[in-house]
Amino acid sequence: MDDGLTAKLPWRVARVVDSTPETESARTIRLAVPGWGGHLAGQHIDLKLTAEDGYSAQRSYSLSRPADGERIDITVQKIADGEVSPYLTGVRPGEEIELRGPIGGWFVWRPAEQARILLVAGGSGIVPLMAMLRQRILVGSAEFRLVYSVRSPADVYYAQELGSLERDCDWLRVAVVYTRAAAPQTARPPGRIGVGDLAVPRWTPDDGLRVYVCGPTGFVESATTKLISQGHSPSAIRTERFGPSG
Amino acid sequence: MMTEPTHVDGNAAAGAFSEVLGFDVTTATLTCAGCCRVGVFAESHVYHRAPGIVVRCPGCDHVLARLVQTPTDVSLDLRGAQSWRIPFPAR
Repeated sequence: MDDGLTAKLPWRVARVVDSTPETESARTIRLAVPGWGGHLAGQHIDLKLTAEDGYSAQRSYSLSRPADGERIDITVQKIADGEVSPYLTGVRPGEEIELRGPIGGWFVWRPAEQARILLVAGGSGIVPLMAMLRQRILVGSAEFRLVYSVRSPADVYYAQELGSLERDCDWLRVAVVYTRAAAPQTARPPGRIGVGDLAVPRWTPDDGLRVYVCGPTGFVESATTKLISQGHSPSAIRTERFGPSG
Repeated sequence: MMTEPTHVDGNAAAGAFSEVLGFDVTTATLTCAGCCRVGVFAESHVYHRAPGIVVRCPGCDHVLARLVQTPTDVSLDLRGAQSWRIPFPAR
């Protein structure tokens, strides 16, 4: 019975199902969440760790794929001096974690939307955008382009899957932009993302194009400014920024 | 040397606000009481590395909202926005 006092966004106890490496310092953690009712691609959860003395630390993590029943995935980048990520990247199956969600109806992609979609990721900003691509595999008809900025080839999340998706799906093109060290046979010298990296061949900023940008705040501000200078309407750009705390 | 920005955006404050208000705040449209800019909560600047959350207008930096949580209650200051427009959830 809804007595009006029940929390709208309750904390739930999730159980770790497994943890698999994406890179040397990032892991995808699968969680079983009793009563999980599904979510939209792009949404996130809040996750809470509480110490024995009652001190607690909270972080937001994007969901990296559509829900599989009551199972959800997050990908966590380990920040060496962080409070939460070093613990999360070390969790083992069976351990319990408190979380709440799904959260956020703004930075989401719905399969019914017909638009052309440009995804722009900075580092671990790929996570919610990967959820959108994985959702598109299941349903939808939108065309996707992904521009993914990473330091080096070793920092690419979901590398194999992105490679095979690009090979097998005519609705997707992926461009990886290396900022520190490029992959062999890459013509572009390493460097921060530029206007040219954000231009999609044969796509113009008008005509129902929607852009999703996710990454550290500095990356998002820089990419968004460049997109607007190229004629993209601010109202067609949706952004999600994250900070350095891990 | 350039300093990294310390803010994130309204998406990161959505859980804390939605817990108290009971609706998804990210899609709410706020009118800034400082500069009258109209924008969605998700695109506002959020400073949350403090004992509380401060939401600022991305146009003029005016404080749009503040939320402070204690062990027993939450205190909410929303006077920095002239108005909130909240879409009904998709049915």
